[in-house]
Order: sequence, then structure tokens, then C-alpha cells
Amino acid sequence: MNPAIQGLLTIAIGVGGCLSYFYFSNQFLDKVLFPAKGPNAGRNINRANLVRPWLFLLPAILALGLYLAYPVFETIRLSLTERQTLSDGTTVYNFVGLANYAQMSEDPKFWEALVNNMFWLIVVPAASTAFGLLAAQLTDRISWGNLAKSLIFMPMAISFVGAAVIWKLVYDARPPGTEQIGVLNAIYVWLTGNDPQQWLTTPFWNSFLLMIVLIWIQTGFAMVILSAALRGIPEETIEAAIVDGANPFQIFFKIKMPQIAGTIVVVWTTITLVVLKVFDIVFAMTNGQWGTQVLANYMFNQLFVARDWGVGSASAMIIMLLVTPILYWNVRNARKEMR
Amino acid sequence: MDNIAGTKSSLTWVVHISVALLVALWLFPTVGLFVSSFRTADQIATSGWWNALFPTEQSLVLRAAAPDAQMQEGGLYVIEGNLFEGEGLSDDIDMSAWGTSSRDVAAYAPGDTADLGDGETITVQANGDYRIESPAEMSGSRGQRVFVTAELPPDFTLANYRQVLLSGDATDSMAKAFFNTLTVTIPATIIPIVVAAFAAYALAWMDFPGRALLIAIVVGLLVVPLQLALIPLLKLHLGIGIGKGYLGTWMAHTGFGLPLAIYLLRNYMVGLPRDIIENARVDGATEFQIFTKIILPLSFPALASFAIFQFLWTWNDLLVAKVFLIDATGQTTVMTNQIVELLGTRGGNWEILATAAFVSIAVPLLVFFAMQKYLVRGLLAGSVK
Repeated sequence: MNPAIQGLLTIAIGVGGCLSYFYFSNQFLDKVLFPAKGPNAGRNINRANLVRPWLFLLPAILALGLYLAYPVFETIRLSLTERQTLSDGTTVYNFVGLANYAQMSEDPKFWEALVNNMFWLIVVPAASTAFGLLAAQLTDRISWGNLAKSLIFMPMAISFVGAAVIWKLVYDARPPGTEQIGVLNAIYVWLTGNDPQQWLTTPFWNSFLLMIVLIWIQTGFAMVILSAALRGIPEETIEAAIVDGANPFQIFFKIKMPQIAGTIVVVWTTITLVVLKVFDIVFAMTNGQWGTQVLANYMFNQLFVARDWGVGSASAMIIMLLVTPILYWNVRNARKEMR
Repeated sequence: MDNIAGTKSSLTWVVHISVALLVALWLFPTVGLFVSSFRTADQIATSGWWNALFPTEQSLVLRAAAPDAQMQEGGLYVIEGNLFEGEGLSDDIDMSAWGTSSRDVAAYAPGDTADLGDGETITVQANGDYRIESPAEMSGSRGQRVFVTAELPPDFTLANYRQVLLSGDATDSMAKAFFNTLTVTIPATIIPIVVAAFAAYALAWMDFPGRALLIAIVVGLLVVPLQLALIPLLKLHLGIGIGKGYLGTWMAHTGFGLPLAIYLLRNYMVGLPRDIIENARVDGATEFQIFTKIILPLSFPALASFAIFQFLWTWNDLLVAKVFLIDATGQTTVMTNQIVELLGTRGGNWEILATAAFVSIAVPLLVFFAMQKYLVRGLLAGSVK
């Protein structure tokens, strides 16, 4: 069958199934179970309204429970077990306590991933927020600012894999003496006259070259949010500062920055979450070789290369542990807002 | 600050230049890939893409006509013709040097005559006209090789796109992966929207016990990392017999996208005017009617925002597809995965890589530029995730 038709058919079944659940379940509630007519019309309407929220929520609760809540607990359990295939082909999970964590802590690759993740966590949110703030502040004051904004924002739409290809071309190295086709080496050779470098295989600095890719993607996000926050600052505070003789830098750092501090924190934490989950960039560009391992890629390797689900789950728990403070902070803020 | 007298002009210029620099810096890498996708493998390998926009000095290997084209001219055997003819090159090429041996490709200037041995000579003019003279009859099936150094105008080709999209070549082809990506993306965008819209309405406008707790849980689940869900869900899918396939991938994308969808849509729906909903209730509309006829149309901006997020995220996703979709047969590969495999198998073939990457980037870029307004609005509303 033509892949296009096959695709269309699968799409129709998937989407149609979802829509018909809502339609028919509501029809069933209103027409069959508690019809809003006959002797008990009033009571039936009340009963239907008691049931209906759960009808509306059911698929969402099922999906959230099964695909997000359950895995959290299952991962905790799996991280304490070891998968074993018995001679008759069945798989059992033996409780091994903290053995997986102990095994992981002896793996130098894990510590490399953890250290690299710490660098990522410091550099990427800081640089993205700083560039975003700079771009927001500058583009808001010129006529073609919106065009500039959407061009800086554009990498947001590009996949991490696409970005990896784009930047691999930038970092490309050709043998010494031939013309360089990677911009970085072309500039490097032109400026210093040295031989071109294999940037991605040079330990320590190659991690930062990978970080640049994510900074390039996330700056647009930071810019959009911060630009809205900057525009929300009351004019009077800035005018008052100008009248008092503040220079542009003082206005920016002493008047504007404090007023958008909350937004900066939100941007920072959002990018932090992205960084913790970063997988595609490292996977596509170096696959964690040459000292560029990060936790998410380490976890993927444990899952599919080493096929060790216990250590894989344990490393996933480390990521969860790093996310927990942000989770707590978000829930607390959301509850505060609702009151 | 624009109103500080005397500082405006100088500062404004600095701002203009800084923004231009910033934009150039951000665009440069993408433009590089885009330009490369229109160049041949030779062009990419021999010169940086930034040279592609200008005429460049290039070395070409061309051939004179084969000996069966020779004519007799007063005791001499002669082949005449133009080297550039039939090469798909433009007519007004001006060569700077030529040669007959790969050891010295620029041995002669235009107009010079080179000795080919056995009394055979060749003369090449700047415009590519050549004349081979020989006292004896020439033999062989192929013509004389001529190496030409010439300034060539910018030259772009669509051949890479033909190779990637139409050739059907198993390793290079993106056509199948393109449809697979669509098959993943469309339901994985629509299903969470439908599910989340109903749930958001219930959380925003229906009264039931446990509502506040549910909202708090949704906010908490917003940040749960995907990595946590991989192993348990893979185990679950394998256990209940779904295995790897579209169904499992849709469900995974739905689950992972739902918290943001519910959060965005609920925040938007709560802001809708209460009167409209109350009036409809008084007029005897059922909740289902209120939802489909009033709430859904009014929530269009929020629905569009989330749809773009989810579309971009599912289209660009690699991890979920690798874990839940792509099996050993590779029949269900998606574009991101195809590109990663190309990076492995054809790491040096930038013309194929660049083109494949651009095919996969093109759709999200179109969506991005067409619906940027909604994307920004959604970001501003949901920047907790």
C-alpha cells in the first residue's frame, strides 16, 4: 500500500477513535443512563452533572497516570532491581537494593556525565538568558526589531538533530593544507595560521561547542519572554530615573532588571529543564564520546546499548532528583496563584 | 531613553549594528546548511559554502572528443571542438590555465600548444576551443583529458533534492521517513488537544471534589523528565502486546504533551467570561453543547498555541521515536532518525546530509513563520514548562 494512504488511514483511526469516545460517552450519559426527561428529569440532570466531570477527565487522568505518574514509581522500583532472564525464557526482576547505584558510582562515564551536566546547567541557562536579555533589550528599540526577533527566534523551530547537522558543518575539519569548509576552522586557520583542529574530538572544550548549539536554540525563547516582561515595565519608573539623571546602564541594571527578576527566574528554570533532558544534540554529534557524555545520553546508552535496565533506571532517577526542586517550586507557586 | 537629548543618534547606531551582528550570527549556521544543500559534492568538498555565492576559481577535468571524430586536413589528422560544450557550463567561461597531466594541471596558458608525444599536439583557447593535430591516425575510444582552471560563476543544483526525495534509494531516501513522521505527528498533535480540551474545561468550569489537587498534580507533572518514563513504558508496551509501533508512540506523545496542554488550556478557559456559560446553561444547553459550541471556538488561540508546540515537538522528536516506534526492520523510521543514521553512514557526504536535514527542517520552519503569533502567545502563557 502507498505509504501516504496507509498513513492517512492510521491517522483517521487514531483521531476518530479519540473523538468518538467523547461523543458517544456523552450521548450515552444524556440519552440512556440519565435522560433529562420523564418523571426523574431533575434528579437525572443532577446525577449526570456529577458524573460528567469524570467523563471529561477520564482519558486525561488515564494518560497522565499511566504515562507520567506510574513511570515515576516504576522507575524507582526498577532502579532497585536487576533484570534476569531465566532458562525457560521468562524475565524476572530480582530485588538488589542499591547495587545499581553502587555499580553506577563506579562507572567513570557516569561521573563524566554528571560533571558535564553540571557545566551544561551553569553555562546554557546563563548564556541563553544573557543573550536573550540583550536581544530583547536591543530589538525593542529599533524599527525592524520584530524581523530581527523572529530571525533570532527561528532556531526554536529547528529540531535538535537538524541543529546538530547545522553545527557539525560549522565545526567540520579538513586535512591541513586543503581549503576548510567549516567556518570555525576557516576562521581559525586564517587568524592563527595553525593547522585546523578536530574540534569535536578535543576533550573538555568540545562539550562547550555542544552547549553553543543549545544556547543558539534557547536564546530566542528567552528573548521572547523577556521582551514581553521588559515591555510590561511601567513607563513612569524609567522616566523618573531619567529625570534623576540615571545613565542607560544604570536604568537597565538598577531599574529594569529588578522589575523583571521574576521572569528571569522562570526563563532560567525553563531552560534548566531543557538542559537536563538534552539528549539529541549529544547523541547526534558525538554520542558521548571524547568526554562529552551527559546524563540523558548515558541513560539511553544503558537502556539500548548495555541493555541494563537497572542502571538505566538509576540514572533516570538522578535526573529526576535534579528536577525535583523545580517541581516543588512550581507546584508551590501554582497553588499560591490559585488562592 | 530615546528622549535623552544628544545621546540618541550615536546610541541608535550602536543598537542597529549590534542587532544586525546578532542576527547575522544567529542566521549564519542555518544559511550555511541551506546553501550547501544546493551544491554538488565536489563543490562542497573543495570550497567553503560562503564562496558559493561568488565566482570561484575551480579545477575541472574535461575531455576532448573521441578519436572517431577526427578529420583529415592536408595530411594531418585533426580533432576540433569546444571543451565546455555539453558540460552544462555557461558559455562565457574564461579559463586561466590548462594542462594535460594531473601532475601539473596548470602547465599551459590559453593559446599555448602542448606536445602529446608521437608528434601529436593540442592547442586550447581561453574560450575552450581546442584543436588536436596528429601526423598519424589517432586511435582509442576516449578523448584526450584536459585539466582546466577557470573562474566559474556561482552554480547551484537541485540534484541533491532529487536524490533525497525521489530516487527511492534505501539509505538516502527521506520520502518514506517523511510520511512516517507525518503519521506520527498528526494524531500525536490532535489527540492530546482533544483529550486536554475536555479535561481543561472540566478543571476550569465544573465543580467537583478534588479539583484543586488535580490541578496541582498537572503542574507537578509538567516537569517530570521524559527519561523517567522510557523504561517502564517500554516494558508496559512490550508486556501488553502493543510492542513498538504508531499506537504506542501516539499514546506516549499524548501522555507527555498532556500536562502542558491541560495547563495552557485551563488557564485560558478560566479567563473566558462567566456570563456566556451561565446564560447557555439557563437556556438549556447541555455541558457537551456548551463545550463544543461555545468554549472550543472561543479557545481557538490557546488551542492553536498548543497545537504548534506539540507539532514542533513531535515532528522534531528523536528520543520517543527511537524508544517506542522504530523496530529492527526500520520500516517506521522517522526523519530525525534517518538523519542521525546518515550522519553515521554518510558522515562526509555533506550534500546528502544538508539536503536531508533541510527537508526535515522545512515544514517546522513554514509552520513557525506562518503561526509565530500563536507560538509567542503560547510561550508567554505557559513558560512554566
